[in-house]
Amino acid sequence: MISSTSETILSIEDLHASVEDQEILHGVNLVVKEGEIHAIMGRNGSGKSTLSKVIAGHPSYKVLSGSIQFKGKDILELEPEERARIGIFLGFQYPVEIPGVSNLEFLRVATNSRRKELIKSELDTFEFEDLVKEKLKIVEMDPAFLERSVNEGFSGGEKKRNEILQMALLEPVISILDETDSGLDIDALRIVASGINRLSQPNSATILITHYQRLLNEITPDFVHIMADGKIIKTGNKELAIELEKSGYDFVDKNTKEKEMAK
Amino acid sequence: MTQSNTVEEIVSQPYKYGFITDIETEKIPKGLNEDVIRLISAKKNEPDFLLKFRLRAYQQWLKMKEPNWSGLTYSKIDYQDLVYYAAPKQDIKKKSLDEVDPKLLETFEKLGIPLSEQKRLSNVAVDAVFDSVSIATTYKEKLAKHGVIFCSISEAISEYPDLIEKYMGTVVPINDNFFAALNSAVFSDGSFVYIPKGVECPMELSSYFRINSGDTGQFERTLIIAEESSSVSYLEGCTAPMFDTNTLHAAVVELVTLDNASIKYSTVQNWYAGNEEGVGGIYNFVTKRGECRGKNSKISWSQVETGSAITWKYPSCVLQGDNSIGEFYSIALTNNCQKADTGTKMIHIGKNTKSKIVSKGISAGHSKNSYRGLVSISPNAEGARNYSQCDSMLIGDKASANTYPYIQSNQPQSNIEHEASTCRISEDQLFYLQSRGIDFEESVSMLVSGFCSDVFNELPMEFASEADKLLALKLEGSVG
Repeated sequence: MISSTSETILSIEDLHASVEDQEILHGVNLVVKEGEIHAIMGRNGSGKSTLSKVIAGHPSYKVLSGSIQFKGKDILELEPEERARIGIFLGFQYPVEIPGVSNLEFLRVATNSRRKELIKSELDTFEFEDLVKEKLKIVEMDPAFLERSVNEGFSGGEKKRNEILQMALLEPVISILDETDSGLDIDALRIVASGINRLSQPNSATILITHYQRLLNEITPDFVHIMADGKIIKTGNKELAIELEKSGYDFVDKNTKEKEMAK
Repeated sequence: MTQSNTVEEIVSQPYKYGFITDIETEKIPKGLNEDVIRLISAKKNEPDFLLKFRLRAYQQWLKMKEPNWSGLTYSKIDYQDLVYYAAPKQDIKKKSLDEVDPKLLETFEKLGIPLSEQKRLSNVAVDAVFDSVSIATTYKEKLAKHGVIFCSISEAISEYPDLIEKYMGTVVPINDNFFAALNSAVFSDGSFVYIPKGVECPMELSSYFRINSGDTGQFERTLIIAEESSSVSYLEGCTAPMFDTNTLHAAVVELVTLDNASIKYSTVQNWYAGNEEGVGGIYNFVTKRGECRGKNSKISWSQVETGSAITWKYPSCVLQGDNSIGEFYSIALTNNCQKADTGTKMIHIGKNTKSKIVSKGISAGHSKNSYRGLVSISPNAEGARNYSQCDSMLIGDKASANTYPYIQSNQPQSNIEHEASTCRISEDQLFYLQSRGIDFEESVSMLVSGFCSDVFNELPMEFASEADKLLALKLEGSVG
């Protein structure tokens, strides 16, 4: 799937970012090309989620230095909604509940804002219902979810499936899935993973942020990055994830120490 | 750019109903005394009992003091500096819509209330009130076939004096409060609805109030009577031009339901709210009350309050009949320097009476938004139940929200539940919507609509989306 002529989708250079005046990212470098699947692994607090929020433009996170380019274009000045419209998708670790806002209407407005960017016609309620019913099959969701408020009263697994449903509707260029596997039982994990696999396209890319190898048994990454203390400290292929699973993060620590020593 | 600043910008939206209709108006001189009241009464050819009613109210009013209990400060009203009667000049009393001044029809059309035969709403009958007089009522004949009376209160006074004499002032007595007494003395027009026994009103009824003159107080009076086993749904809307002076609006609304009857009364209030510094705007001091006189009867108030510089308004239910039901659903949105003190009173008198209160307050800018409500259970109201839910949402950090629930129970076999919450627009919710490509402005209005959805669900179908749009409008503006 990957060829040397693949276009670069996301390019992050020496990214430093803070939240509440505390620097969390200390110089992240990452290049993601068309057709690639990247996994970012690391302990809690290593900066994985921060990285995903910074890419999506969360207002609480401040970029101190460095750059993020999407298809060669600097996106740091773009509002979160503008980033979403050009095809950056963040699947949340903890999707928020929005009482009183109908899931169907929310999905429709979101889908239309992306379609507008793609110069596709906006869908009215009826047209959208046809589309969404098709996409529901990907995540094996009951249409009854559409009638409810956004994520309200959804179980952990239902929330995650709703995220993947949004991904299916928005057809992003790059999907950053933040611990989409956490809190899922084996069946839900399989549904979510097969959804992600079905949705990956030769001209799109995926970044999976995860603690565990188990998601990577379902989705094979081209690259595995290990994050610690706000940096990517090691990059390898899927074997790296397996090694990590076997020896735990102590192996990372050892590795880091050795590196430090070598310096 | 901080998030809350931007939200504040968004809620500052120019008032789009602020135009003035250039029309010749007949006004009486400023000031208030017995002669003025006699003059108003004479202009309307009122029967003697009504003149006496007005004069009694005036005498009571003279003895009363303007209230200042809610902690809201406003510039003193000079009651001798107001005009108490203003009417667009029309040569003859209009018999049909064709004779109504086209300028007036145009005004209402601009407000989204077309009155002419071709354009009027197909399932809503409208009574249009301009300053002190009703200028037209649509679908009168159709309603008459069902025995439903829907006309201006002036017309009702001359055509159905017995009904007026029997009911007017029985729900809100002339000495009920300062502004109700003033209204009883000088009220000029308003709407009258009578639903006969066993009739389900075949269409929505609606009154639209427009203040046009700057120095004229508007004192409208509405009376709705639902006879045994009848039902009606009624909506009122209000707008006014922008003036830099404050205009007083002191209405009285009385509702009566007899056995098994029900009235649903919805308000979308969008009077001019003053400018960003709080200059100008309407003082909306209104007394609204319904009496469930009959057993199993029901009165339901729903309101969307977005306008006025100051709102004092407590649509209430007196639950006299056994098993009667009172409901109050409210959305109050305040911005800039607006102040709203609104809520309800549920007075449980009959056995097994039930009441439900759902109030949603949204405050932005420097505004103050208070819920104030009373639930009172009398000793005879065995088995009475009340449920209250009061939620406030704050936008920015300069607005305030208060909840003042008063609960008086004299009946041990009753059940009262009260829930209250205050929240801010959540950054995480906003970010979630934005990260799906929904722009900031639309995200805010989606969250506000979601917050209000319990109340939207109670509005008549035709108006729920209107109200939603109105909120979105108030929340719309330039985003940097």
